[in-house]
Amino acid sequence: MYSQYKLQDDTGVLRETASQTAGPYVHIGLALEVAGFASRDDEIWENLAKEGAEGQHIELIGAVYDGNGDLVRDALIEIWQADSQGEYIAEFDNKKPFSGFGRSACATDGHYHFYTIKPGRVDFDHQKMAPHINVAVFARGINIHLQTRAYFDDEQEANSECPILSRIISPERQNTLIAVKEDTEEKPRYRFDIYLQGNNETVFFDF
Amino acid sequence: MSKSYPYFLARDRAWQPAQYTPRYKTSITRSPKQALVSIQRATPSERSGPVFSGLEIGPHDNDLLMNFRTDGVRPSLPIGERIVMHGRVIDQFGKPVPNTLVEMWQANAGGRYRHKKDGYLAPLDPNFGGVGRCITDTEGRYTFRTVRPGPYPWPNDINTWRPAHIHVSVMGPSISTRLITQMYFEGDPLIPLCPIVQVLKDPDAVETMIARLDMARSKSMDYLAYRFDIVVRGALQTYFEE
Ligand SMILES: [Fe+3]
Repeated sequence: MYSQYKLQDDTGVLRETASQTAGPYVHIGLALEVAGFASRDDEIWENLAKEGAEGQHIELIGAVYDGNGDLVRDALIEIWQADSQGEYIAEFDNKKPFSGFGRSACATDGHYHFYTIKPGRVDFDHQKMAPHINVAVFARGINIHLQTRAYFDDEQEANSECPILSRIISPERQNTLIAVKEDTEEKPRYRFDIYLQGNNETVFFDF
Repeated sequence: MSKSYPYFLARDRAWQPAQYTPRYKTSITRSPKQALVSIQRATPSERSGPVFSGLEIGPHDNDLLMNFRTDGVRPSLPIGERIVMHGRVIDQFGKPVPNTLVEMWQANAGGRYRHKKDGYLAPLDPNFGGVGRCITDTEGRYTFRTVRPGPYPWPNDINTWRPAHIHVSVMGPSISTRLITQMYFEGDPLIPLCPIVQVLKDPDAVETMIARLDMARSKSMDYLAYRFDIVVRGALQTYFEE
């Protein structure tokens, strides 16, 4: 009786609750470490793979840029990925070596950082998608989160066969989804910068 | 061998806010100009998502009156109007969404966030942090105890004020149902003036974000209750194996 449900049509299907920007203070709620809050018993954060997690350990980093080329320092990034076998493990558990979900923020040095493993190829339609990490972008000024995918530049063969990546015709546009391996002494690091607008605008998906 | 994941009703992009909403000025440089690439048939990547039933939620994680108070001989409570915010997470078919993570954050009663970027004149409250989280029960229900946040000014137009609001995040069961919104309070005269509320074209869409005063769940001499139900995308039944 007190509810604010809205019907979509006369079939009784309800309207989805409307989205609003996560705003500039998102860190208080979803990135406590960045906000300077004491961490609670169990937090969702940027370390998806601990020592002992199966697969190739990697770092995924990047910055978010607006249409003026300025860093979007208040962005919050969420990733969701398969394990090294290409299976999604739904149960989030910080006590396990690997969890497929994580969050990071660009507030500290303008970059988000994830410590994870390279995902395996996920089956789709009797084909295999190329290894990829699903990325969601939240920030002040973004009314509903943006959804994209990070692929890997050293997986060219898999990339060329990926049924989703190949939906994007223009090579320039396709390129916006490819994380680039950087030379480091330590574990492999991939850079996936996100352009909200402009010549290099990242491909964002609707699904 | 692939697991089976549900499909979801398509997100109605005409109902949800557009990215480019120039009255909300920050959206101007942060909105993509290209069309979204539609994945016509969602893959397991979009249909799956994290489940947080194993996340260790502390006893006061959903109680903002208690979860930041200063320890001392006589610990104090936050200043402000005591409220309970509660409701259900259901999908578009009215089915409860159990075991889903609901997170919230807010300003204190004076309209000030405990955030280094917030320089508003209103003081911090030593006993108030402004963050909560909980997992929905088998009926999709969640509850938070907190204080009603104050409205606050922000630089958009000259003299623009946010209506009192609580930021709300719902995660699960799939990344397709991911949603961040803001909960407003029934009767607040600042709601129709707010450029962030106005990113929604349909007044009915605004209504989905307005919590209703719930006297039946209010407690005499203690708190007022507000009910806020959250609707996430509907999971379609699959009748046939692929
Ligand atoms: Fe706010």
